[in-house]
Amino acid sequence: MKRRHFIQKSTAATVLAGVGGLSLQSFSPSKTKKITILHTNDVHSHIDPFGPEDGRNANKGGVARRATLVESIRKENPNTLLLDAGDIFQGTPYFNYYGGELEFKLMSMLKYDVATIGNHDFDNGIDGLYAQIPHADFEFVSANYDFTNTVMDTHVKPYKIIIKDGIKIGIFGLGIQLDGLVNKEMYKETVYHNPIEIAQDMSRILKEEQSCDLVICLSHLGYNYKNNPNKVSDITVARATKDIDLIIGGHTHTFLPKPTIEKNSVGKNVLVNQVGCFGLYLGKIDFYFQPGKEVSSDGTSIIV
Amino acid sequence: MTIKHILKLCVLLLIFSCASSHISKIEGKRIDIDNSLKPQQEIENFIAPYRAHINKNMDSIISYAPQTYTKSDGSYNTAIGNLMADAVFSESNPVFHQRTQQNIDFAILNHGGIRSIISKGNITIRTAFEVMPFENSVVVVALKGTQIQDMMTYLSKAKRAHPVSHQLQLILDKNSNIKTATVHGKPIDDNKIYYVATNDYLYSGGDGMTFFHPNEGLYVLNYKIRDVLIDNFKKKDTLNPIRDRRFIKLED
Repeated sequence: MKRRHFIQKSTAATVLAGVGGLSLQSFSPSKTKKITILHTNDVHSHIDPFGPEDGRNANKGGVARRATLVESIRKENPNTLLLDAGDIFQGTPYFNYYGGELEFKLMSMLKYDVATIGNHDFDNGIDGLYAQIPHADFEFVSANYDFTNTVMDTHVKPYKIIIKDGIKIGIFGLGIQLDGLVNKEMYKETVYHNPIEIAQDMSRILKEEQSCDLVICLSHLGYNYKNNPNKVSDITVARATKDIDLIIGGHTHTFLPKPTIEKNSVGKNVLVNQVGCFGLYLGKIDFYFQPGKEVSSDGTSIIV
Repeated sequence: MTIKHILKLCVLLLIFSCASSHISKIEGKRIDIDNSLKPQQEIENFIAPYRAHINKNMDSIISYAPQTYTKSDGSYNTAIGNLMADAVFSESNPVFHQRTQQNIDFAILNHGGIRSIISKGNITIRTAFEVMPFENSVVVVALKGTQIQDMMTYLSKAKRAHPVSHQLQLILDKNSNIKTATVHGKPIDDNKIYYVATNDYLYSGGDGMTFFHPNEGLYVLNYKIRDVLIDNFKKKDTLNPIRDRRFIKLED
């Protein structure tokens, strides 16, 4: 029997409550909690919306519009997190002129909680990234980049735990291999570690040691490499790990119309999502929680 | 119900309330950011002065183009490509010379690296951003003559107008074989060291340019190609690039 139901949004959404959750639900029906995860990736300094003449993305995107949307979602559910999966920098003159200052200041105004680091965030060198850190009122996570021998040491944590409405949310970061993608002069002594092994460690630490209710991987590895299936990607991380609930990805500018549901190493479902690039979309994942341990193998509905 | 029962119930409730939560339902969707959303005024106001400064700077006029130049203007060399390669040579050589007391022999770029046309009319900073939106910067590679020969072979086979500066002359016969290849008017000497300016992308093997390895040394100038163009354009009232005979194929 499948561990979780998949129900397409268009079909009967009334079959929601998994049978397994029933006993606890009837025990304390008012205790359902909702955590909303909002996310962007590869915004690439796209602060202004695309103009009406743009050949591909006419009238789309824009930070000021995203701010309106995020604010309205937060008003509806204060237990909302806003995350970014890297490549904040590079792509418009805003970056060339201000080196990422405006990007970080605006993300702070939008109250981003956590971001990870993409390859283009090294485009002004690791010193250029470090110089902008004072403008970021949010935290950076990366578990597989070791910044010990760089200026970024202590400014990036492997993971961040945030508690919202009593729900413990663990977020860890993964970055792509820099060698061959970014000039060594730029990333300097940043050391890259195998994302799969790190993800296995992180999910164990967050789930078992820290007892997180929700484990999120913020990744800049890329969604999936069809022509190079052995290359580490969000899909390979999803399949090779356990206890990750959601992987938010970037790098490949993949426009997923809805999150992908992948099976992890023990056959449980993992959501993998990515919203293309340039701030054209906002990803939104709502997690509903019931108190107590999952008592049945049939407890969770996924509606995408 | 006895006190004992109530106590039991309390303990039971406590266990449930202390136990961690589990996910009962997940809903995921993608929301469009488009003009149906009203921009938040506070954010707009914050961006405005940055935008105004950039636009003012980007639109400042630094030169003039009497014609429109595109990278499809010629088969083996183009006016716009010659302009760019010559700019890389002339702007980078003083920097390189000051650091090493050596001179650059010539510059090579790639045809695909010309990202936009230069339109007839005023040249602005924005023009340089359009032609070179990427952050690539100049590197100078010390190469043996044998590697330069490999480069000539590459150029003869690529059959594209990869920009080279005017110090290099490469003439192909009608079968695309190398007829003559000279640097500063002299044949390529296999044992001589040549200093070739290019960008970091091509140095890393971009566009199949594998001839930069092995080499006799690498000099990173930390000088962006875009800044090369801006500095070069600012020196001229009018850009007059021309297609010439630096890289040609003979027809008979």
